[in-house]
Amino acid sequence: MNCYLGVDIGSISTKGVVIDENNNIITSSYIWTEGNPVNAVKNLIENLKEKLNGYAVKGIGTTGSARKLIGLLLNANIVKNEIMAHAIGTLSLYPDAKTILEIGGQDSKIILLNNGIITDYAMNTLCAAGTGSFLSSQAKRLNIPIEEFGPLSLKSTNPVKIAARCTVFAESDLIHKAQLGYKKEDIVAGLCKSIVLNYLNNVGKGKQIKSPVIFQGGVSKNVGVLKYFKEVLNTDVIVDPNSHLMGALGIAILAKKNSDGKIYSLDIQNIKFLTKANECKGCSNNCEILRIYKDNKLIDSWGNRCDKYIKN
Amino acid sequence: MANYYIPAHYLLEKIFDFEIINVPLITSKTIELGNKHSPEFVCTPFKYTLGTMIEALDMGANVLIQFGGGCRYGYYSELQEQILKDLGYKFELLNLITAGKANVKQIYKTIKRINKKINIIKCLYYLFITVKMVKYMDKIDDYIRQNIGFEVEKNSFNKLLEKMLEQFKTVNNPIKLYILYKKYLKKFKKLKINKPKNCLKVGVIGELYTLMEPFSNYYLEKELASFNIEIKRFTNVNYLLFKHKATINKALKKSKKYMKYKMCADASSNVYWAKYLGTNKYDGIIHIKSSFCTPEIGVMPILDKVAKDYNIPIIYFSFDANTSEVGIKTRLEAFYDMIEMRRK
Repeated sequence: MNCYLGVDIGSISTKGVVIDENNNIITSSYIWTEGNPVNAVKNLIENLKEKLNGYAVKGIGTTGSARKLIGLLLNANIVKNEIMAHAIGTLSLYPDAKTILEIGGQDSKIILLNNGIITDYAMNTLCAAGTGSFLSSQAKRLNIPIEEFGPLSLKSTNPVKIAARCTVFAESDLIHKAQLGYKKEDIVAGLCKSIVLNYLNNVGKGKQIKSPVIFQGGVSKNVGVLKYFKEVLNTDVIVDPNSHLMGALGIAILAKKNSDGKIYSLDIQNIKFLTKANECKGCSNNCEILRIYKDNKLIDSWGNRCDKYIKN
Repeated sequence: MANYYIPAHYLLEKIFDFEIINVPLITSKTIELGNKHSPEFVCTPFKYTLGTMIEALDMGANVLIQFGGGCRYGYYSELQEQILKDLGYKFELLNLITAGKANVKQIYKTIKRINKKINIIKCLYYLFITVKMVKYMDKIDDYIRQNIGFEVEKNSFNKLLEKMLEQFKTVNNPIKLYILYKKYLKKFKKLKINKPKNCLKVGVIGELYTLMEPFSNYYLEKELASFNIEIKRFTNVNYLLFKHKATINKALKKSKKYMKYKMCADASSNVYWAKYLGTNKYDGIIHIKSSFCTPEIGVMPILDKVAKDYNIPIIYFSFDANTSEVGIKTRLEAFYDMIEMRRK
């Protein structure tokens, strides 16, 4: 039987989904990237392989911030940005979706759809305020496992107000409130609410949010954030059980559409994959040239602004 | 700024008899130098020009020329002069436009002061050629922008452009310049392109410096061309010299619905252009500016409204000295995917 693999390599987590011809998920895996996308993907593929006996992989797609590198590693037939992947993944399950709210580890985005077509999108700019990494660093500070963050926030009856614009201000505000003796659940609830307000003020600014609204990305697993989204938007917000896998699902579907019938190998365990970076001295731009080696063979390099860069 | 150093060099060389120093094209070093000595929240054109000035002074320049403009830029030359003097450089700075106005008499006086033997007729004559040169360059650039995304032989457009500019440098009278221009325009039109009739078309608007200096917008137009997109850009030096006022007046008349009063720099023109792109069925608008550019920040909500009225997608980019290039690429790629999807 044929199957298609989609891999979404984010800053915090790496997601893999394998689908069949009818877009049904055969198996999936979700692991931490831990700053090493190559290793993460190797482990991910091992996890997925267990359930793939008798299947032939006919297409591989990669998305997420390490999409280019992993695309090379896996020999992917399609490499696409996260926005497209998330939209396609969501539309396969909710064809009438109008708004997608996505909050991931380092970035957050909003995608507006109309009749299954992306009509507008926005992504957070330079700063990681209001994203998952901020939540997890604050969870560490408060010594609460991130999984318990959401349920704990639901207990609060009086969430504290936290400055929502910027993580640095939010953090000093948070410390200040903690030192005043506020209850932990109130602080946690305040944090969840600040994520929502920050998102709507920055990413969602000027965008018309129409229902059905779908909320996804790692942070969508946080029931506290979900609760405040519903409250602030005053509408129902849908979170799919696989909301964390939407990007991977989308790219798997795109890999299926783009398939050329070739069978792809998943034996990457023993491939030595190496990235070397050095500065080109051709001019004062000093471009950082990345060279990607697969089993000690140069397969690609990028980062150059001109064609002058010295090959070595 | 882009290839405009060629006509500028040409004019200065012809009217002054001292050595004109061509500063190397802007690189990361330029912005690093500029960044180091600039106030943090000043816009990036300030940083780029300051960096370029330092590079020029280090190469031995002792006369610098700067213009003023219609926004905060109007005060930049005074500020830059002060910063450079504080750094210990010795030089003379010619400010051709002060307080937003070009004072012809003043300019003449300054030129006379640094070069006593100047011949006013000769000056005007070469000024005329230079202005024409800029106009022709801009016209050729327009054609390139529309077609470079579809070139069959890689780099053929840029190679021909280089050749043309090389010849422009040697011109001595306006008629010869015109003949050269016509000749090259023909050559450009003969270059093989593979352009479908209903290709994707995108308009690029925004703050002038960021639009015109490719380094400062991270080679946005090159990136767009690689997606096989036809690009429309209104801002160029010819516009700034001759059409600026007229465009703003037209913009105020034709876009009454969106604005009542004139906005500074190119903000009003941008509203008008966005409307133009909307009515002419372009596939998208890309609005770029340097971070902290006040006029362009002011115009963004209006552009949102225009985009909504004409149902045309718009995306905003703010470029700073420390912008992540990967982030820009992701957003541009997504923009391309989106307009392509909308087409279908």
